[in-house]
Amino acid sequence: MAKPTRGFFGRGKAARDPRLPPGQYDAGDQWPVLNAEVTPQLDVASWSFSVEGLVARPTTWTWEEIHALPESAYSGDIHCVTTWSKLGVQFSGVSVDTLLGIAGLESTASHVMAFSHTGYTTNLPLADVTGGRAWVVWEYEDAPLPIEHGGPARLLVPHLYFWKSAKWVAGLRVLDHDEPGFWERNGYHDRGDPWLEQRYQGD
Amino acid sequence: MTTDRPAGDPWQVATVTDVRPETPTAKTFRLALTTHTLQLAGQYYVVRLTAPDGYTASRSYSVASAPNDSGAIELTVERLEGGEVSVFLHDEVVVGDELEVRGPIGLWFVWTAQTPAILVGGGSGIVPLMAMLRLARQTGHPDLVRMAVSVRTPDDLYYAHELPGSETMVAYTRTVPPSHPRRAGRLSEHDLAPLLLPDATAFVCGSPGFADFASGLLMGLGQPVERIRIERFGPTS
Repeated sequence: MAKPTRGFFGRGKAARDPRLPPGQYDAGDQWPVLNAEVTPQLDVASWSFSVEGLVARPTTWTWEEIHALPESAYSGDIHCVTTWSKLGVQFSGVSVDTLLGIAGLESTASHVMAFSHTGYTTNLPLADVTGGRAWVVWEYEDAPLPIEHGGPARLLVPHLYFWKSAKWVAGLRVLDHDEPGFWERNGYHDRGDPWLEQRYQGD
Repeated sequence: MTTDRPAGDPWQVATVTDVRPETPTAKTFRLALTTHTLQLAGQYYVVRLTAPDGYTASRSYSVASAPNDSGAIELTVERLEGGEVSVFLHDEVVVGDELEVRGPIGLWFVWTAQTPAILVGGGSGIVPLMAMLRLARQTGHPDLVRMAVSVRTPDDLYYAHELPGSETMVAYTRTVPPSHPRRAGRLSEHDLAPLLLPDATAFVCGSPGFADFASGLLMGLGQPVERIRIERFGPTS
């Protein structure tokens, strides 16, 4: 443990919510907006989501088609690398398991690169987006996902830092290797587990 | 000074060597580093506070000083009411204190003084842009940058004495200082049009609302969307 900072006592441990990973604080009602590119104005009439790469059936869904898939919801917490967390939030959309199941993974598949309509990318091990741990979501707290938070739809991988939950997601490219996405090329950790504080390269 | 850190530990102990006010709500902290990795203009450091019981709180702050070999960096911190770290830095930290920091971090919102840059900052969003302006001036390339800063009143302007120059303009949205040539009002395309430089990358920093507004103005003037880099500051949307 580092030497205490002179004069700093922080919030007592008793007041700490056990749902907060180390170094995180509860943002309460606030939901900071931190994307590094221009916020895009996406029309659901021309919106699409694709699964491509190492799959048996590369598939593209329109807004209507993806809404026809079985709905899946997440209730829980989200954690941003900039140290805010939001506790007890709800999203709904479709499970990534459903999308990958339709496309059919090749046996060599090991990672995915999520890509957005803005050109943003982020890399994830396949194990982090399967088994009921990842979604494409278009509703937040029973209302349409706000555009500044990635609407009309974003990836949701809530057990990892939130830069992995690509806003304005356009698809997943299935790979047989790992390669860095946007923030991962720019100094951030490849996996981003908040409970291990995997914030930056080298953590 | 702590010396028992394992090799590869990204954290280091920095010593506060100067604290000075920029505005009624912003202070600049000069930190002498034990290990100085030369930063790029636009990068940031994380400051981590540790309580006696091991509880920690950390926040990221942009470096305001230009990259140089002084072994020190300057962070300008806005005091956010209720902000656990910024309030501590403002109200408790004095010259001689030690702070744990790591950095420099971030390879996206950075400028290396090799290509033209349009800098547009709102309020505290000027901080990483100031590192870029200082770098341009320090390396003798002020012609490579154009900067516009939007603040509400003269009291809200950081680096007020250093800012003026042919490459900079300030837009006051509420209250204008005496003899300022521009009337109070939000930034407009008219303000930003003179900032456009061929093949420039635009760096926009401020609140999410400001960032969207300013990037919209730049796109309206023909700045390509893929050459607009944004850093969104502030605690909320």
